[in-house]
Amino acid sequence: MSQSLAGQIEREAIETGVDAASSEEVIRLLAGRLEKLGYVRPSFADAVLAREARMPTGLPMGRDSNVAVPHTDPEHVLKPGIAIATLAHPVDFANMEDPDEAVPVGLVFMLALNDKDKQIEMLQQIMLTIQDETLSQKLLDAGTANELLALLDGTQQGEQ
Amino acid sequence: MALQKNVLFACGTGIATSTLVSHAVTEAMKERGININSTQCKATEVRSMLNSVDLVVSTTQLPTDLGVPVITTLAFLTGVGKADVLDKIEATLRG
Repeated sequence: MSQSLAGQIEREAIETGVDAASSEEVIRLLAGRLEKLGYVRPSFADAVLAREARMPTGLPMGRDSNVAVPHTDPEHVLKPGIAIATLAHPVDFANMEDPDEAVPVGLVFMLALNDKDKQIEMLQQIMLTIQDETLSQKLLDAGTANELLALLDGTQQGEQ
Repeated sequence: MALQKNVLFACGTGIATSTLVSHAVTEAMKERGININSTQCKATEVRSMLNSVDLVVSTTQLPTDLGVPVITTLAFLTGVGKADVLDKIEATLRG
């Protein structure tokens, strides 16, 4: 049985209802959490921001509030992990497919990845989660990290 | 006899979204009778990886003068338009 997404995310790596003015603010917040929890090097935040400027990670889901998956190269990562932020109001990320286009984002999954073959399941679970519009809305509405984790855990159990 | 094709999957880091797309496309094409020999790279490395590549599938913008077919798509991440893109990939590989 595959490990649930909830089992791979620490409560301290989740921020709900973040009142951020920019994508940079969200990225620095989540990268700071991952650094404090020992997942990434201090260089991670700047590396993610540099990558976001050249090759952005906003995913247009066709909704008012969309998703971004900021990440960067493995050399800034100590061990694989995920940090999540839900935003009180969407901030603009650039579209992965077309960097000139802005995508309003309310749900951010920051990825610390260092091995493509070991993290495929985790990535697949994230994509299934964000493709589920009802679940995505529930995640956005979650008031606490525990509520959000319970939602992620619930889906996994529902699938079994 | 299944068709054999070489497909290069590109994304910003060469390990994140290209991994997902590679798995999704390889599985889907197998069902359509095409065996994909998959390689992955960073978007910035694509030009040096084109030897005997039949198609490049990318999640991020690539140069337009690569001389091989390129399909840029987020369908395997967002779920939007996935069937259409798979048809397009199959048509390009059989073309």
